Amino acid sequence: MSGWQQLLAWIAEILAIAISVALSVAYITYFERRIIGWIQVRKGCNRVGPAGLLQPIADMIKLVFKETIIPAPAHKVLFVLAPIAALAPMMAAFAAVPFGETTFFGLWKAAHVMAIGNIHVGLLYVMAMSSLAVYGMLLAGWASNTKYAFLGTMRSTCQVISYEIAMGFALVPVMMLAGSLNLADIVHAQEGGFWHWYVIPLFPMFLVYFISGAAEAARIPFDLPEGEAELVAGYHVEYSGMWFASFSLAEYAAMILISLMTSILFLGGWDAPIPQLAFIPGTVWLLLKTSFFVFVFIWMRATFPRYRYDQLMRLGWKVFLPWTLVWIAVVGICIYAPGISRVMDFWLAWR
Amino acid sequence: MERLFFDLFGAASVVAALGVVLARNTMYSVLWLIFCFFNLAGLFVLLDAEFLGIILILVYVGAVMVLFMFVVMMLEVDVASLREGFLRYLPLGGALALALLVEMVLAARAGLFAKHAEHLGREVNNTAEIGKLLYTKYLLGFEIAAVILLVALVGAIVLVIRARKDAKYQNIARQVRVRKEDRLQKVRLP
Repeated sequence: MSGWQQLLAWIAEILAIAISVALSVAYITYFERRIIGWIQVRKGCNRVGPAGLLQPIADMIKLVFKETIIPAPAHKVLFVLAPIAALAPMMAAFAAVPFGETTFFGLWKAAHVMAIGNIHVGLLYVMAMSSLAVYGMLLAGWASNTKYAFLGTMRSTCQVISYEIAMGFALVPVMMLAGSLNLADIVHAQEGGFWHWYVIPLFPMFLVYFISGAAEAARIPFDLPEGEAELVAGYHVEYSGMWFASFSLAEYAAMILISLMTSILFLGGWDAPIPQLAFIPGTVWLLLKTSFFVFVFIWMRATFPRYRYDQLMRLGWKVFLPWTLVWIAVVGICIYAPGISRVMDFWLAWR
Repeated sequence: MERLFFDLFGAASVVAALGVVLARNTMYSVLWLIFCFFNLAGLFVLLDAEFLGIILILVYVGAVMVLFMFVVMMLEVDVASLREGFLRYLPLGGALALALLVEMVLAARAGLFAKHAEHLGREVNNTAEIGKLLYTKYLLGFEIAAVILLVALVGAIVLVIRARKDAKYQNIARQVRVRKEDRLQKVRLP
């Protein structure tokens, strides 16, 4: 392939993923409203278009045409930069996420991994990019130059940093079993149906990862940075119109990313739960699993009250962190202990 | 193509480093430093050291710089008083910078840096290679560094902790264990 063709292929890949993420975000907001309406025995949005399906489009048009207000005491450059700093790393993280394997309808001999960059350190890359999302909140709160925004920022920073540690440690046993940081390799290590998935030997880590993910994306039981009851809207009080929308876009993209990563790391990615169902394409399986986790996020929002701040910190530092450390030790010992190591060989990819 | 990216990252990191020193607002200094780290990560990736590049972003940009920024946000930094001693410290700082520059030039001229390095193949996984070296050849140094870090961590906690007698702590286990009989009392009113 010549240089220009390569460049065009890259642009096509990037657009394919960025546009689908943006569209999914729009329709996740729709489904969120409908599902919460269903849980709370009311209708949800059903006015714009058939069954309310055009509601996200209407919302988008409204947001685009709203005036962007920049407060007088704000630091102008950083105020404008903050939403971009929140959104860009979230979209960049999708570059290393594999969406399945394809031979392109038999056109290619070997199956190619469907990712923009199938890199060796894919797992670390996704972690690094999602850890950068905190800068959006930080800059927004500081640049707004308001008390409420600043308080929201302080809370969110502490929360995100604390939960990032538990989140990182929860992935260490996955790396120990798969023996690789490449996301496609991790999926290959779990091939062969439900019993091979890492959710079985690493169930506590699966819980820790998903719940920390909810904290990282500031979803409901952990949405203290927003805390509308006490902070109006937290770090983005001063934002309006499209700049405000980029923050929620980043939040929902984070939600999709966490759901995707949970499916890839713990539920076998594009692997069918029983081999008899393998005729359904892998990407469909991956997206089904992801949709399930997105649904769980929405379900949590409709069900749980918000955490109190000290309890949130306690959960991160005194519950999840010890769990992950103990589980790393347990998995490490099981891999080499005589007798149990035979059992562990079932999930171990590298021995 | 590679040369182009090297020039881009190199120039940007120099500009960013200058920005760190010259920015008037401390917050902007921290932001320039973050930008500098990004470009250095890019340079690492160009050198096929993707593990180091990603770790630089994950650890320094993702965690350490957030704490930096956090401290800078909370402190009211008086920039004027910081600039006061500029001329006084200039000779010492300038001499240090000059010495470093001379050292770098001498090292480069002595051929300490390889003129040309081959790219590693895609099959070489530098995470695995670094892991092997770290846990075999350099195990002792690695463990010593780990112990020093642990001591620093415990030391920092010991230094700043103050046990308050009047603080109320929540004992979750006790709260969960509570039964109806512990709290509820039946009283017959006349």
